[in-house]
Amino acid sequence: MLDFVQQLVSGVALGCVYGLIALGFVLVYKATEVVNFAQGDLMMLGGFFAFTFIGMMGLNYWIGFAGAVAAMALFGMLAERIVVRPILGYPQFSIIMATIGLGYFLRSVAGMIWGTDDFKIDTPFSQGVLRIGSLVLAYDKLSVIAATMILCALLWLFFNKTTLGTAMRASSENMLAAYYMGIPVKRVVSIVWAISAAVATCAGVLLAPITFIHSNVGLVLGLKAFPAAVLGGFGSIPGAVVGGVLIGVIESMAGFYLPEGWKDVAPYIVLLAVLLLKPEGLFGLHARKKV
Amino acid sequence: MRFLFKTDYEDDIRLFPHSGYVVSYGLLLAILLIAPYVLSSYLMSQLVFVCIYATVGVALLILTGFTGQASLGHAAFLAIGAYTAAYLQKYNVPFPVYFLAAGVLTGCIGALVGFPALRLQGIYLVIATISFAFIVEEILARWESVTNGNEGLRVKALSLLGVTVSRDSPTFYFLCLAVLVLTIVGTLNLLRSPTGRAFVAIRDSETAARSMGVNVALYKVKSFAISAAITGFAGVLFAHKLSFISPEMFTLQLSIEFIIVILIGGTFSLHGAVLGAIFIVMIDPFLTYLKDDMPGIIAGIAAALGAGTATAGNIQSKVAAFASLNGLKGAIYGVIIMLFVLFEPLGLYGRWLKIKLFFQLFPLYKRATFKRQKIYVKSERNR
Repeated sequence: MLDFVQQLVSGVALGCVYGLIALGFVLVYKATEVVNFAQGDLMMLGGFFAFTFIGMMGLNYWIGFAGAVAAMALFGMLAERIVVRPILGYPQFSIIMATIGLGYFLRSVAGMIWGTDDFKIDTPFSQGVLRIGSLVLAYDKLSVIAATMILCALLWLFFNKTTLGTAMRASSENMLAAYYMGIPVKRVVSIVWAISAAVATCAGVLLAPITFIHSNVGLVLGLKAFPAAVLGGFGSIPGAVVGGVLIGVIESMAGFYLPEGWKDVAPYIVLLAVLLLKPEGLFGLHARKKV
Repeated sequence: MRFLFKTDYEDDIRLFPHSGYVVSYGLLLAILLIAPYVLSSYLMSQLVFVCIYATVGVALLILTGFTGQASLGHAAFLAIGAYTAAYLQKYNVPFPVYFLAAGVLTGCIGALVGFPALRLQGIYLVIATISFAFIVEEILARWESVTNGNEGLRVKALSLLGVTVSRDSPTFYFLCLAVLVLTIVGTLNLLRSPTGRAFVAIRDSETAARSMGVNVALYKVKSFAISAAITGFAGVLFAHKLSFISPEMFTLQLSIEFIIVILIGGTFSLHGAVLGAIFIVMIDPFLTYLKDDMPGIIAGIAAALGAGTATAGNIQSKVAAFASLNGLKGAIYGVIIMLFVLFEPLGLYGRWLKIKLFFQLFPLYKRATFKRQKIYVKSERNR
């Protein structure tokens, strides 16, 4: 029983990491209906920025964290300006390919600048554990869970309660109509990219103590966050986190109870099953085209 | 400029619209046939890879370019073809039999993948195919009695009609070329048949296709099966060319490479698959050349511009250090993809058409002929 709870908690913590990255996917998707394949790499870059500020320049953890988030938000806007804006309004497939290209580029450039080793950031949560009875919970994992919940709530409020959030949803529904209604669609898209890069940075910094930062971490985790976003319905903010947690729990349970090899494929098998039964994900909206 | 006066449907669907096509493609074929006796063995080897990649590119074009179903799982189909060949070869099954068996098996699996795809669209389909590819990769690594796990399988040289054909021989090249040409001709015929028309109709509008009486589900599954089967054939050749296969060769990276093949070549014509394959395969030798020769050339230019010997040497070593950086290939890949998407969305074949039209219409060519129409996103959720 204790094993089960322990696995559950570590699965939830891992799942929250996936959920955080999936949040970035969902944000960009919600506002532009574009899937950003470079999301994981933005996270990796955010982690490296934080490592540069905290580990190399010796800044305070929180100042370094904030600096990395700000720098990455700017970088997100820059990437949007260069790669996405010129092809805004063209078929989705070309934008997806452009983000795949961006991902390749970021991965290799990060490898050139910071090398291919694993890096670690010292955080205030790195040491220490919380003991409840005989259950042992590490602070770094708890910090990921807490941060995910807070970010998820904030983003949900932002999207559903603020004017800017409404404008984002409108421009995702129909970009041209949003233009006509006076929404500055280009600026909206640029802000969304900034926010999603910032969220990715949070993910990168928080998981640095757990998975370390290296130039391929974005690809590895991004590909796990993908099923998370799909499971949640690609377009639902709480869905992304729930999907992430589900994937994380499935993965850690499969790693513990099933023979070796199942751990890596179990999330994908579940994903295929869900797609077969409920193609629009657990929280997706079902709609039919009106002719 | 030549004007074709078409009087009936047969004129419209002809494979060679006029004699110029016969001459130019005949010439191309002749050049390809004498190539092994002229080119170096390294270039020949690259040319074989071009044939294999182009075959996969054609397969992917049928699915993505003409039926409009994106797939990031074609490496898995290639793997299934390759492993079927390697496994059957161990039991002394003759080449023609396992070649066909690989195609049929991959085609059946492709159809199975097609069924879930019926309900999926856009990004969901992409993710389903990625998941499928991951699962296949894991099965290849774990099913050790058949696939020998991560240690990989050795593939013997293929023997055709009692003659052993080594992987570097001209005969093997001719075999790959024959498969490519047959695939292209077969696909061209497919595309002018009712099946091909149905594919294109589904790509352009599923709703419209359905209301015209096209059985969308049937044709989507067909498209998946045909595309997978062709990839399976290519997989057999791939296995023989590499002579050793292991699961880590068939990763998502390879699937992305195949998508890049058709993206760079152009997704609207079979020419695109071949041009894209040439581009992708030749980028490796090009980068090697860049690494070896560029520093010297740049230093030479610097010296010619009046830099001293010491400065020129300094520049040379700096450029050499940059060229041998680890991730340079990935960065160049990424930049190339982005540049093509941004500036040449019709791919290399689109560029060729533009150049051709420029000379045909000279001096009346206008850029707007090829201008993309902005469609703006309307929610996929309501599609």
